[in-house]
Amino acid sequence: MTGRVSTALSTAVVALIAVAVVWPGLLAPGDPTAVDPLSAFASPGPGHWLGADESGRDLWTRVVHGAAASVGIGAAATGIGVGAGLVLGLAAGLGPRWLDAAVGRVIEVLFALPTLVLALLLVAVQGAGVRSSVLAVGAATAPGYARILRARVRTVAASGYVEAARLEGHGRVRVVVRHVLPNTLWPLVSVATLGIGQAVVWVCALSFLGLGALPPSPEWGAMLNAGRLYLDSAWWLTVVPGTAITLTAAALTVLGRRIGRVSA
Amino acid sequence: MAWLRWALARIGSALLVAWVVATVVFFALRAAGGDPTEAILGGPGSQAGPEAVAAARAEYGLDRPLVVQYLTQLWRVLTFDLGDSYARRVPVGDLLAEQLPGTFLLAVLALVLAWVLALAVATAAVGARGPVGRACAAVLRGVEVVAAVVPHFWLGAVLILVFSTTLGWFPATSSGSDPAGLVLPTVTLAVPVAGFLGQLIRDAVLEAETAPFAVTARARGGSAVGVLWRHSLRHGVLPAVALSGWAFGSLLSGAVVVETLFGRPGLGRLLLDATLSRDVPVVIGAVLVVALAYVVVMLVVDLLERVLDPRVPEVVA
Repeated sequence: MTGRVSTALSTAVVALIAVAVVWPGLLAPGDPTAVDPLSAFASPGPGHWLGADESGRDLWTRVVHGAAASVGIGAAATGIGVGAGLVLGLAAGLGPRWLDAAVGRVIEVLFALPTLVLALLLVAVQGAGVRSSVLAVGAATAPGYARILRARVRTVAASGYVEAARLEGHGRVRVVVRHVLPNTLWPLVSVATLGIGQAVVWVCALSFLGLGALPPSPEWGAMLNAGRLYLDSAWWLTVVPGTAITLTAAALTVLGRRIGRVSA
Repeated sequence: MAWLRWALARIGSALLVAWVVATVVFFALRAAGGDPTEAILGGPGSQAGPEAVAAARAEYGLDRPLVVQYLTQLWRVLTFDLGDSYARRVPVGDLLAEQLPGTFLLAVLALVLAWVLALAVATAAVGARGPVGRACAAVLRGVEVVAAVVPHFWLGAVLILVFSTTLGWFPATSSGSDPAGLVLPTVTLAVPVAGFLGQLIRDAVLEAETAPFAVTARARGGSAVGVLWRHSLRHGVLPAVALSGWAFGSLLSGAVVVETLFGRPGLGRLLLDATLSRDVPVVIGAVLVVALAYVVVMLVVDLLERVLDPRVPEVVA
């Protein structure tokens, strides 16, 4: 019962976010960067129902228009992470034994570095910015995906139907493409849905630390970074984008688990 | 004999982690382009003369071939001599030793609090009876999901707003081991981990409650609470114990954000500052310390699992 309620709620939240990403004008017709000095620091109420920031920009408009940046960056990072994880996982799961041992060891060692520490390291390498925060979060989450995929590929490759296909005389490539890949990729949908939620949080953490998107942009982490200075006078500058991030991550997590349970 | 092999394997894996991390960090930072001498001489805008650049390169050994620099770095890591910070001109070891205790204290306190919260929530959910109890358990489950994904920067900011700005109970900034200042950062770090561990423990305890050993214990006349504590919980904490190493790592990730938010000096802040100023020796040192802390925590986790789970053989050869 509660499961159905939380799934419905999460689906609604994800649908709302999807609309904000694809067509922000539908939810908030205004310009997210329009400055209006008269309503600077307007508290939530009529006119600006979620308040306005230090330059009088409407927060609701900014949060809606920032969805494309935050969720887009998170999805891109997840794409990179899953892609890299897929290559590593397939190489380890299907390749020769020495390759599996080597990849397994590297993944294990990379686990010793927490995600944000690894991401900081990569940002130190590439310099700060949106592009490097995408790459950093993608690469930092890759070891996790690689580990899941490696285990999955091993299970599928050892299964009866793959053996049957092999015995029927199908080539290695055909077996991998027709049987191993599809059965490995489906569980990935659930993992990637969970992953985008996490990636949005990491990406926003990087821009909150001043290493990703920068303040004039309505990206949620950048809004938090700018709002931090006014935490004790204008709480809505922090609470509004933070709530958007938390809601996105929670909704995607619930949905991801739901998909995982259906596909299992 | 078996213990010796186990210890050697552990030391071996610690050395492997140190080697891979040092290598990855070294080459990654070099591949980034950008001359380290710039960082030594005060950043891109320093306009140092060619003599100063040459002197700095010689002083830090940057004029030698890359392989020599790499081997020197490895030797230094092995002998715990991490060199001097480019930006601050003090030994990296001293910087780390100065910042480590604060972060370590914060992470350990947060891990303990997370475990207490997770155990409390899990036992409450398992023990819930009646429609009201079950409704409360359902709400708690929702809270756990949100807690597990809530970003540190947002939770910390909300805690500051409520308990510092509005109520004035705790200070919004924190330093050293001042107990009042530690409360908010510890709670901020602990809640996401507690949400995560709570879900794991609850699922495992619920499964254990219907397992043959729990049914047998109840059939022998054990009370519900007694069976829960002595049998089900012992079984139920195993997955959470196994993932505590991961949890500790996530606490160190969180420490970067939390230390920045609460203006608290520590390892995370040091790493962030070194990242921004491309202070290579400090980045290597901090990342290495984090990786070795993970190895040590995994060792403790391994020992704990042996104590809790009679099925795990005393020693894995």
